[in-house]
Amino acid sequence: MKAENISDLDNSPGQNRLNKANKEGILRFLPPLPLFTLQPLLTHIVKSIAKKHPKLFLRLGNSANKTFLINPTNLPFFLILKPDPNNPTLKAHNRRDIIKHDVYIASSFATLLKMIDSKTDSDALFFNREIVVSGDSEAMVALRNALDDMDDSLASDVAASFGPLAPPIRKIFDLVNKA
Amino acid sequence: MSELLYADKPELICPAGTPASLKVAVDAGADAIYCGFVGPTNARNFPGLNFSLEEMAKSVGYAHDKGAKLLCAINSFPSAGRTDIWKEAIDNAVSIGVDAIIIADIGMADYMSQKHSNSRIHLSVQAGASSPEAINFYTDRFDIKRVVLPRILTVAEIKKVHDEISCEIEAFIFGNIGMMAEGRCSLTNYVTGQSTNMDGVCSPANFVHYEEDEDQNLTTRLGEFAIDCIGCGQNAGYPTICKGRYNVSHRKEYYAFEEPISLNLTHLLPDLIKAGVTALKIEGRQRSKSYIRSVVSSFRNAVDGYARGETPDISDLLALTEGHKQTEGAFKSKAWR
Repeated sequence: MKAENISDLDNSPGQNRLNKANKEGILRFLPPLPLFTLQPLLTHIVKSIAKKHPKLFLRLGNSANKTFLINPTNLPFFLILKPDPNNPTLKAHNRRDIIKHDVYIASSFATLLKMIDSKTDSDALFFNREIVVSGDSEAMVALRNALDDMDDSLASDVAASFGPLAPPIRKIFDLVNKA
Repeated sequence: MSELLYADKPELICPAGTPASLKVAVDAGADAIYCGFVGPTNARNFPGLNFSLEEMAKSVGYAHDKGAKLLCAINSFPSAGRTDIWKEAIDNAVSIGVDAIIIADIGMADYMSQKHSNSRIHLSVQAGASSPEAINFYTDRFDIKRVVLPRILTVAEIKKVHDEISCEIEAFIFGNIGMMAEGRCSLTNYVTGQSTNMDGVCSPANFVHYEEDEDQNLTTRLGEFAIDCIGCGQNAGYPTICKGRYNVSHRKEYYAFEEPISLNLTHLLPDLIKAGVTALKIEGRQRSKSYIRSVVSSFRNAVDGYARGETPDISDLLALTEGHKQTEGAFKSKAWR
């Protein structure tokens, strides 16, 4: 995927890091993945969360118009979240894709899962350098606080959104959390 | 085993930045929760944080149903022409039945004592009242029921204060430690034009920038100023000027103000209670539910354990501290660096 205007990407906070990883990481040997197979799942997740938690967008405020690049560093793709209240989207991209973004958040998949499952504190992750953040700090803080204001956890709500498949998905989350 | 210390356990006062955090705090054993409205009226005015009036009203109901209290923090300082925002917040908080309002500004203390004389006022740490004379002025003039003491007094000094005042004492026991003159820090204002004390924002997020280079050195900026460069593998702290490192004439990368470190008074709890502290406060309205759950349940166990004569172990809280370091600060010794 090509960006329409490469100069627009100069301010995308995670681009240099992604470029470096693409040059050096083992993932560079992998062919592009058929990520379109993931897309229905991701769309289901983001739509069901938006439907269940409409107040999330109030907490996001103007940051709902921002683009968040979420990089699970040990997976062969990254995610682009656009929490637009009218059309929230979550899309998977191959690591070679260049996507303009406002906020960059990176950590291992397990750590990111623990964070959205309210099993760990994001400030503590930052203190310990287990999570890398850069870009629009206001949007980053707003997203963190908006996602934290759920009676259960985002991960539990994601699992619950799959109906009868919720228990096995929850079990997988628990296994990853314990790993 | 420790001695059995007290018949009446002190209240455990816990933070909440969102309704979900409030429920976690209540369920983890908080006796009271403090939180604030969205906007500049409280000292944690961060993006996506705090309560609407509707959320605060529902949270009062949740807390009361579970036997807990809700304390509303309206503890920043209004400037001329903006006092109506603070007065409206006070009126709203009283109307929904909060158990006390935490006030810092002397004008708002006066407003509340005149307009809502039956409501309970707690004097915020932001007011910086540390002497019996200052505290007695507030109790005599505005009938405050409790003072939250600045984090600059030793336990022995707290005892002396207690012996000369008529209101309750609340003391911080965990979290951020502010050694600046509390309520009067202008460092953020100096750099960004936004005030910690009047806008409720210490290091406003829209001025904070993180840059990590290829070697994983993390530079933290506030506005145009670099306030720290943290080497790969080194622990980070909050992006505040007071916790930054600077190159000064005699040292490089020097914590010129204070180090990133958290207050932890677990082992001083018995001494604090003996000194007359009736409410133990945990800092951290800006922190996550996970932090709230861990810290509140740990201190619930600690307070209950000491009451039974046991010595609790809450060493696991170190992972949640800023910079991975903790201190007993001025409570233990006047010089603690």
